Amino acid sequence: MATVHPIRRAPVALHDHAMDNLRYIRQTMERAASFTAVPGVGGVVIGCTALAAAVVAAGRETLDGWLAVWLAEGLLAWIIGLAGTVLKSRRSHMPLLSGPGRKFILGFAPPLAVGGLLTLALYRAGVGQPLPGMWMLLYGAGVFTGGAASVRVVPLMGLCFMALGAGALFAPAVWGNWFLAAGFGGFHVLFGIIITVKYGG
Amino acid sequence: MAKQNAALKKNDRKLRLAEIAAGQPRLDRIIHERLRLGIVSALAANQSLTFNELKKLLQTTDGNLSVHARKLEEAGYIQVTKSFENRLPKTEYRLTSSGRRALERYLDHMEALIRAMRDR
Repeated sequence: MATVHPIRRAPVALHDHAMDNLRYIRQTMERAASFTAVPGVGGVVIGCTALAAAVVAAGRETLDGWLAVWLAEGLLAWIIGLAGTVLKSRRSHMPLLSGPGRKFILGFAPPLAVGGLLTLALYRAGVGQPLPGMWMLLYGAGVFTGGAASVRVVPLMGLCFMALGAGALFAPAVWGNWFLAAGFGGFHVLFGIIITVKYGG
Repeated sequence: MAKQNAALKKNDRKLRLAEIAAGQPRLDRIIHERLRLGIVSALAANQSLTFNELKKLLQTTDGNLSVHARKLEEAGYIQVTKSFENRLPKTEYRLTSSGRRALERYLDHMEALIRAMRDR
């Protein structure tokens, strides 16, 4: 005997439909927030501190002194970036570690961790020349992968850092500090302004 | 003043939840539609979004998005700004305060429905 298939599927229970709607709202908000999770104003401030760090670091004659300035700047930038992201996520009523924040951290953190380890290894070997190029390449890779789901300007910023990093890697060592000023200073200010004006905050 | 507003909001929410529990729901048909709900949710997480950003985010067509965005605009839930950028037309959407309130009401509604079903 042939099996009888119902023409209509069983109706969806009301609370299942409500749950599905809540899930949809949450997912849409998460995806939308990831569009501009990167703080624009924070980027401008980081750029300004990086420009100041470049001026200070230029006066240091030893690798230790130069590295200390840039590592301090890295720490400061990390604090500013985190504060900016927290403020922005609060303003858009999204928890920091919800979809967008988590996605950005997952994409951004691994290249940064690699950068930290390679910096330590190169410092122990007494090699400073590749550091500016390597930092910008890895930072750019992190911004590109972390911001892949974001507005186009974020991965574009990552690509610009990678291009500048590649240039710095093969440029004379004495230019390294100014490559860093152009990247961590110039690009942050430029893209920070674009993000602030176009996407708010 | 702020305390008074918060108390009013709380009362309003209680009233809505009671209404839903009593089986007299006032479901907001304007944002109940899936794409319109998506537009409002996306704008709730951003100060503003352009037409193209919304289209990419909600994976919909130009026609569909403009029809539903117009309905939301007519209801006063979103505000539309048209301008030119590099000689290209640019349409930008923002959630109005009444749109944000509508989304909050809708969230409460869904929450109350789930709670009511669980309590049965």
